[in-house]
Amino acid sequence: MGDSSESGIESGGAGSGPPHLIGRFSRLRSELGKDDARPALIGFASTLAFFGVVIWAVAASGNWPRVQRSFFSAEAFRNAWPDVLGGFWLDLQMWVVAEILILALALLLAVLRTLRGPAFLPLRVVSIVFIDIFRGVPLLLVIFLLGFGVPALQIPGLPNSALVWGVVALVLSYAAYTAEVYRAGIDSVNESQRSAARSLGLTQWQALRYAVLPQAVRNVVPALLNGLVSLQKDVALISVLGVREAVREADIIRARTFNFTSLVVAAVLFLLASVPLARLADWYSARDRARRSQSAT
Amino acid sequence: MSKDVIPQITLDNVHKRFGKREVLIGIDLEVAEHEVICLIGPSGCGKSTLLRCVNLLERIEKGRILFGGIDITAPGVNENDIRKRMGIVFQAFNLFPHMTVLENITLGPRRAHGIAKVEAEARGRDLLDGFGLGDKADEYPDRLSGGQQQRAAIVRSLMGDPEVLLFDEVTSALDPELVGEVLGVIRGLAERGMTMILATHEMGFARDVANRVHFMHEGKILESGPPAELFKSPKAERTQQFLKRVIEAGRL
Ligand SMILES: Nc1ncnc2c1ncn2[C@@H]1O[C@H](COP(=O)(O)OP(=O)(O)OP(=O)(O)O)[C@@H](O)[C@H]1O
Ligand SMILES: [Mg+2]
Repeated sequence: MGDSSESGIESGGAGSGPPHLIGRFSRLRSELGKDDARPALIGFASTLAFFGVVIWAVAASGNWPRVQRSFFSAEAFRNAWPDVLGGFWLDLQMWVVAEILILALALLLAVLRTLRGPAFLPLRVVSIVFIDIFRGVPLLLVIFLLGFGVPALQIPGLPNSALVWGVVALVLSYAAYTAEVYRAGIDSVNESQRSAARSLGLTQWQALRYAVLPQAVRNVVPALLNGLVSLQKDVALISVLGVREAVREADIIRARTFNFTSLVVAAVLFLLASVPLARLADWYSARDRARRSQSAT
Repeated sequence: MSKDVIPQITLDNVHKRFGKREVLIGIDLEVAEHEVICLIGPSGCGKSTLLRCVNLLERIEKGRILFGGIDITAPGVNENDIRKRMGIVFQAFNLFPHMTVLENITLGPRRAHGIAKVEAEARGRDLLDGFGLGDKADEYPDRLSGGQQQRAAIVRSLMGDPEVLLFDEVTSALDPELVGEVLGVIRGLAERGMTMILATHEMGFARDVANRVHFMHEGKILESGPPAELFKSPKAERTQQFLKRVIEAGRL
C-alpha cells in the first residue's frame, strides 16, 4: 500500500506542469511568441482561405447585389437601428430580471428535491412535478398559455401585461432546467461531506447551506453560464406576445419596408451580447478544469 | 471495568443492515468514562458502521444505544444535540475543501453551538497552536499534508468539547511516514483522559493505548479483552487467524 501511494504522488507531481493552468488564448499567444509559430500560422492561413472562398462564392454567384439590398443595406441599417436598439434594451432588462428569478427559484426547487426524510415527501413531490411539467412542455407553448391565457382571465389583482406573463413563462421553464443543473451539482458533492457536517451537530439544512451547496454551485458554474447565454436569445420568444422588444420592432420595420436589414440589426445586437458571454463561459470552464485537474493531483 | 461506574456509551443488542445485508448482528459494547476502546477486525466486518451508528449517522433496526445513560436511538431524540456532544474523525479527513482550516473548525461551534465568531476563532487558533497547526489556520485543506489535514480534522472534532471521540481508521489514508504524528495526537488525548472508540488497523498502537480491544468478525464481536491478553493469547480461531495475518504483514 505504501509503495503504490508513493508512486501515485510521483506521477501526480509530473502531471501538474504549467500547461494545465493556461487557457486557450494565452496558449495561442505563447505559441505565436515561441520560435516555432508554424501551427498558429497554419491555423490563421486556413481560416483566411476558408472565408475567402465562401465570400468569393457568394459574390460571384451574381445574386450578391440583391442579397445586399434586402439584408445588408446601409441605409436601412441606419434607419432601423434606433428602434431595434430600443427594443433590445427591453430584451436585456427581461433577461436580467428573468435570470435572477430563475437562479433563485431553481435553487429552491433543487434543494426541495434533495431533502431527506418522510416529512419532506410532499415538498419533494411538488418539486418533481413542477420540474417534469415545465421541462416537458415546449417553452413557446408555455409563453402562449401564460402570456395570452392569464391576461384573458381578467382576474383582479393579477397583472394583465403580456410582458410580465411572458417573463414568468421564461422563468418557470428555465427554472425547471436549471434546477436539474443544481441537482447534478449537489449530487457531485461526496456524501461524506454531508456526514462530516452533520457530525458537527449541524441540521440537515445547515449542512446543505454551509457544506454542500457552496461546492455544488461551484461545480456547475459553467453549466449555469451556458443557461445564461441561451436565455439571452430566448427572451426574444416573448415577441410572439406582441411585446415590442428587438425582434418585434425589427419585424414591424420589415413589414413596413419590405427589407430584411432590420432583422439583421437585431441579429447583430444579440450577437454583440452573446458572443462575449459565450467566451466568458469558455474561459471559466477552462479555468475550472485546470483547477480540478490540479486539485486531483 | 468495575460494575459501579455508569458506562458512558452502551450498545445493547444493536442490529444494522443495508438492504438484505446484515452488517451488525447483536452488538453489545460498553465504554466507561476515560476509557479507550479499540475495534479491530478484517475489512468489511462493520467497524465503520458501528461508529456511524453511535454518531447517529446510520439508523439502527434493533437494539439500543445509550449515551450517558440516555437511549439516543429512541424516537424523538434530537440527534443534532447528541452529535454536538460527540466528535467523529473519518478515514478520509472529510475537511470542507472550500473553507480554510479555521473556517472548517469553527463551523460547528458557530452554526451548531451558536458561539460568536470572534470567540470561536480565538478558541480555534488556540487549539490549532496546541496541535502544531498554528501557521495553517488560514490555509485551504488542499495545501496541507495528509497528516496535517487529519490533525486539523481532529481539532475540528474537539472544538465542541465532546464527551466522546470516535476515530474511524484515521491513519489508513496516510503515507506511512505521516502515521506517527497523528497517532501521537491520539495518544495525547488518551493521556488526558478522553473517552474514545477507535476502529484501527494499527495493532501496535491498539496494544499501547487501548484499555480494551474488541475483535469484530462479520458483524459480531467475537472476542474482547485487555490488549495484553487478546494479542498474546487469542482464544477464538478467527482472532488467531486475523492476528497471524497481521503479524505476517508486519503490522504488530
Ligand atoms: N451505505 C452502505 N450501503 C450498503 N452497504 C454498506 C454501506 N456501508 C457499508 N456497507 C457494507 O457494510 C459492511 C461493513 O462495512 P464497514 O464499512 O462498516 O466495514 P469496516 O469494518 O469499517 O471495513 P474497513 O476495514 O474496510 O473500513 C461492508 O460489507 C460494506 O460493504
Ligand atoms: Mg471502515
